[in-house]
Amino acid sequence: MTGRIALLALTVFLLAFLISPQTFAPLFQPFTKNDAPAIYVQSSLLSLTLSHLTLVALAVAASTLVAVTLAILVTRQSGREFLPLARTITSVGQTFPPVAVLALAVPVLGFGAGPTLIALFLYGLLPVFENALAGLTRQSPQVTEAALGSGMTASQRLWQVELPLALPILLAGMRLTAVISLGTATIGSTVAANTLGEVIIAGLISSNTAYVLQGGMIVGIIAVLIHYGFQHLEQIVARRRGQG
Amino acid sequence: MIHRQDLCRPGLLFLVIGLAGFALPLVQFKANRIVPGEGLRLWAALPGAMGALVTGFLLALLIAGCFLRWPLWLRLAGAFAGVVTLVLALGAAADHLTPPDDKLARVAPGGGFWLLLLALGLMFADTINRLRPSLRLRWLLLAATLAISAAILATGTLDGVSVMREYAARETLFLREAERHLILTFGSLGLALLIGLPLGIALYQSRALRNPVMGGLNILQTIPSLALFGVMIPLFGWIAATVPGAAKAGIAGIGLFPALIALFLYALLPVVSNTLAGLNSVNPATREAAAGLGMTRTQILWQVLIPLAVPVLLAAVRIVLVQNIGLAVIAGLIGGGGFGTFVFQGLAQTAMDLVLLGALPTIALALVAGIALDLLVEATSRHPQGARP
Repeated sequence: MTGRIALLALTVFLLAFLISPQTFAPLFQPFTKNDAPAIYVQSSLLSLTLSHLTLVALAVAASTLVAVTLAILVTRQSGREFLPLARTITSVGQTFPPVAVLALAVPVLGFGAGPTLIALFLYGLLPVFENALAGLTRQSPQVTEAALGSGMTASQRLWQVELPLALPILLAGMRLTAVISLGTATIGSTVAANTLGEVIIAGLISSNTAYVLQGGMIVGIIAVLIHYGFQHLEQIVARRRGQG
Repeated sequence: MIHRQDLCRPGLLFLVIGLAGFALPLVQFKANRIVPGEGLRLWAALPGAMGALVTGFLLALLIAGCFLRWPLWLRLAGAFAGVVTLVLALGAAADHLTPPDDKLARVAPGGGFWLLLLALGLMFADTINRLRPSLRLRWLLLAATLAISAAILATGTLDGVSVMREYAARETLFLREAERHLILTFGSLGLALLIGLPLGIALYQSRALRNPVMGGLNILQTIPSLALFGVMIPLFGWIAATVPGAAKAGIAGIGLFPALIALFLYALLPVVSNTLAGLNSVNPATREAAAGLGMTRTQILWQVLIPLAVPVLLAAVRIVLVQNIGLAVIAGLIGGGGFGTFVFQGLAQTAMDLVLLGALPTIALALVAGIALDLLVEATSRHPQGARP
């Protein structure tokens, strides 16, 4: 219960800060030097947050869609031959540093939101795919047999049995992807994407710690909220499966 | 007559990727390092008959890869030879295209090179999967790959390629940043093990501490790396300026120190949570048997629990190493050094060869660390030390 109140308070604080950042200026004033402004004003924090979130949401949605489709394909009878290969690609791909992926996307896509989106998408594929695969392959044989025995067709089995059973672990993969993307998107501003990284980098360049803190604070709070939001969703889904 | 079971469908996928690679330019020729280049396909980028020869060889390899009638070791050797040929062809193309004594012209690897490398690399990985080689053979393969890569770099075959020219222009700087990258990665890992292992053991023994400490570490992990790195600078600058003796002890707001601490903080969660998980995973019966033998709690911890937890601890080392090799790139943004210096310098100057000079060694380092530690984890979990009487 205390956890929920803390999360609610955090949400309220974040919204208040985004809507009226100047109110909180005294809070950040001690971290500035030589009367530098305490609150980043070059662009509105709210709009930066929104474009940051849009970028992350688009990337997570796209990677989930593609990763789940691929996971379904390689777990069908006709695609089994690709399963070991897909496993290798995910484990090797995840060792690629996200910053390097981002930097390498620039020569192909140029500067701006494009390369950031692609890098977040590519990097986000892996955790979702790995978890979707685990969810689809680690189902008890009894369940599969029961579904077969009740005369379900292959697509009915997929939509009514396999995917619902894989949902909690799939959500865990999406949570990982969302939290990683949220952090990586800040680095996107080094390639001219509109994200909260802009605030942090402005702080680094002008050695204004207040900027670094507020940029980091917003991303951190959102990450915590997303983390617990997904975890809550996973618990709800898992509980329903348990009862059903 | 081709039988259906003869056909290797992943092989068809590699062929399609490879064909796309042939269609795209192998290299980009640029008059200097910043202007957009002119793309040249594989057969056009190489001198004379060599272009047709290399194209034919790689195409034959990719087509042969679609059939399973060959012994797997031959397929493995073929894929390996293909990768080496492709890399050597890149070097040859660079030498051929760069006019003599032209110090400005750059020949950079293009989309075709990367796609062909992907196709052959996937074929290599797929064949290893099918071969199911022993642990020893996989170590040998890793060592052979490293040795051949080193040999190719040492012979100077690739010296004409743009990335290597960027390297030649700043050799001492590169070595210094490489050293710093390694110090950042392994230093933070060492610190995390030094603090994280005892912390994990303490949490294992005290349930009351577990939730608050793990919660704190979890929240630490959500802070974006850029912000954490950024906050370390003023924080340690302030400590160095106000705490007497701190500056003498090496604490500073600039340079390696803040980056090292930020990486250490990120490394703490995997180490502590895996220590806890490793200790918890030990069968209670084992612990009771040890207690029944008259071992003290300390003896049980050091002689039974920790040896049994080794594979899980090594898994933590793998997570931390791979994660910190990547995160250390961000140190380049705050003056902490490492390969990130080149990445961000290159992005600022829109000099992509310089970005590659930072990104490629980082990726290679992360790959090798990941594979080597996977092998180590497997080796220790197959023969759990201390499990024998």
